Amino acid sequence: MPFKRKDLLGIRELEVHEIEHILKIAASLKEINTRPIKKVPTLRGKTVVHLFYEPSTRTRTSFDIAAKRLSADTFSISGSTSSIVKGETMLDTLKNLEAMKPDVFVIRHSASGTAHRLAQRTPASVINAGDGMHEHPSQALLDMMTIREHKGRLDGLTVLIVGDIAHSRVARSNLWGLSKMGARVVVCGPTTLIPLEFDQLGASVCHRLEEVIPEADVIMVLRLQKERMQQLLLPSLREYAVVYGINASRLSKAKSDVIIMHPGPMNRGVEISPEVADGPHSVILDQVTNGVAVRMALLYLLGQRQESSGTV
Amino acid sequence: MLEFEAVNTLYRRGRIIDPGVGTDMTADILVLEGRIIDIGPEIDLGMDLQNTVKEVDLRGLWVTPGWVDMHVHLREPGEEYKETIASGTRAAAAGGFVAVACMPNTKPVNDCAAVTAFIRKRAREEGRCHVFPVGAISKGLKGEDLSEFGELREAGAIAVTDDGRPVMNSLMMRRALEYARNFDFPVISHAEDLGLAVGGLMNEGRVSAMLGLRGIPAAAEVAMIQRDVTLAELTKGRLHIAHVSAAGSVRVIRAAKARGIAVTAETAPHYFTLTDESLVGFDPVFKVNPPLRGAEDVAAIKDGLADGTLDAIATDHAPHSVLEKDTELEYAANGMIGLESALPLVLNLVKEGVLTPSQAVAKVTINPSRILSLPLGRFKKGELANLTVINPETAYVMDSRTFQSKSRNCPFDGRAVQGHAVLTLVDGRPAFSRLER
Ligand SMILES: [Zn+2]
Repeated sequence: MPFKRKDLLGIRELEVHEIEHILKIAASLKEINTRPIKKVPTLRGKTVVHLFYEPSTRTRTSFDIAAKRLSADTFSISGSTSSIVKGETMLDTLKNLEAMKPDVFVIRHSASGTAHRLAQRTPASVINAGDGMHEHPSQALLDMMTIREHKGRLDGLTVLIVGDIAHSRVARSNLWGLSKMGARVVVCGPTTLIPLEFDQLGASVCHRLEEVIPEADVIMVLRLQKERMQQLLLPSLREYAVVYGINASRLSKAKSDVIIMHPGPMNRGVEISPEVADGPHSVILDQVTNGVAVRMALLYLLGQRQESSGTV
Repeated sequence: MLEFEAVNTLYRRGRIIDPGVGTDMTADILVLEGRIIDIGPEIDLGMDLQNTVKEVDLRGLWVTPGWVDMHVHLREPGEEYKETIASGTRAAAAGGFVAVACMPNTKPVNDCAAVTAFIRKRAREEGRCHVFPVGAISKGLKGEDLSEFGELREAGAIAVTDDGRPVMNSLMMRRALEYARNFDFPVISHAEDLGLAVGGLMNEGRVSAMLGLRGIPAAAEVAMIQRDVTLAELTKGRLHIAHVSAAGSVRVIRAAKARGIAVTAETAPHYFTLTDESLVGFDPVFKVNPPLRGAEDVAAIKDGLADGTLDAIATDHAPHSVLEKDTELEYAANGMIGLESALPLVLNLVKEGVLTPSQAVAKVTINPSRILSLPLGRFKKGELANLTVINPETAYVMDSRTFQSKSRNCPFDGRAVQGHAVLTLVDGRPAFSRLER
């Protein structure tokens, strides 16, 4: 059994064969999404609870579609609609939710490590749908799936991650995953947004886009949060767009078969120009499609945990 | 203070380690009606005392002046659900401490005679060891107006600090150092530049970068210590740096001492025992301020203890209930309990060869006593006995469920350690004992 974990909390603790297994299952489940009736009974009778303490339409919708296509019952508790108020923490809420006897929790939270804390407390499986600046494992898996579809491999590729590395769980999860799979990860962004220690974590660090764009097989563009200006990390969005924005003229220096990725939501005109986001190198919509497949794979692997003989 | 009777005991053949007077020898100690009557080899009781004085064999055990913890949070008044003066001093005695200095960040803040007097009264009524209140530098710890140091001194405070938060205003720190000289108070600095530390949850470094947790750079501590030693030089005030955690801080304090500036410093057991790698599981029990640092910092702290840059070891005992600790790391309170885990960790410095037994004992006896001008920390014939008997070899696994403290936020649970207190005599009375009666 290649995947025995109770939880999927991060990419950092995964073995290569586990990543391979998830990607393999995701590839086979992707076919379901092209059928006229996009539903299989695999998780019938299972309960998946979406705990979203941070607004995220995209990821929540993706997990919800994935769960429904596997016929699971789903509940959503989100920061904007529920009793999640200041003072009531995730661990408080958990006590009430346990009464529903959920099989899988899918949690998104603004604080790093929250999925770990939840996993320590519940017998149910926990899927980390993004915790603070820590990890976003399903995003990294769908990114790896997308890269492999376009490039045929991960091993030996140079993947350039551009932007706010310091605050990005997407960057971290991709760094761990891609490095494990044999790719070279280069992170590029302003010095205020890349911790000095990142080179000790397996990434090549660069601060000048011009130097690294020609080497990249993949350019992964990160969203720039507007609050970085208040934290004195950047003088202005305008300057960021000028120095680190991925636009057509920068892209003209890249390899002809480079692919452009973005985890969304995009600030068009800041970290990425509209013509690049919608241009021929962009695989951003493939990421969205693969997101459902990867999340189906994770729900399948963890939701089926008790029945070890399950097959797709 | 204690319900127990003063002892009449001849302690035989213990290893007496008293760095305050420079002794480390096997000898007897005779305590009559709680007072140290004699210290020496093979004390002869004589006919008249033989029947009334108990003899206890302490072979293989250490006998040291009573340990002094110069930095604890007893939480009373105001947060008695975390700790009380009764429970905190019981924990102290069980950990081998005969005295604690308690920080003023209670509710209300200890910034006036009434609160100081209240703490002393509660300590007299229910305390198991000596309690020395530390007053606030600023009223309400707000950093705006100076507390009335004279009134605090009169009521029994022995130092001032805004511990829990730094004195961000440099003029306020200057005035505190100047004004404290009137009352011979040391000013205890919680050194942290809040601007640099903002939002931080752990040490800034490789591990915080890996975990995606906002970091507190060592510079937040080092820069503030640099400011404070500069102000100590300017004012000739007496500065004491609390809970030193970083290599850079040790360097700054070492240099300041070399220049003759009146600065002393303490560190805590967690800063020479744990590193920021502990945060990998996101367990809030490891969340503390200043944060656990890297391995190089731990090495530098040990160097600082060895060469005397760091004068004292204090626990920064900071009890919190599950309400503050059993939560997401981001929302959890800072702090660890320490009174009942410190002794074996201090002894471990001896096992590691960092300190001699005499140096280790000095860090928790004579040195903190001198910094706070306490009449403790060394043996003196005729005085009430404040002493700690230690079995340095007893091996066990740390388990906070056995602790006297009301709180359980101990980061050392499950750790195999050696050494515990066998007897804690406070003013000649057994505040804690594992000896059979
Ligand atoms: Zn402090």
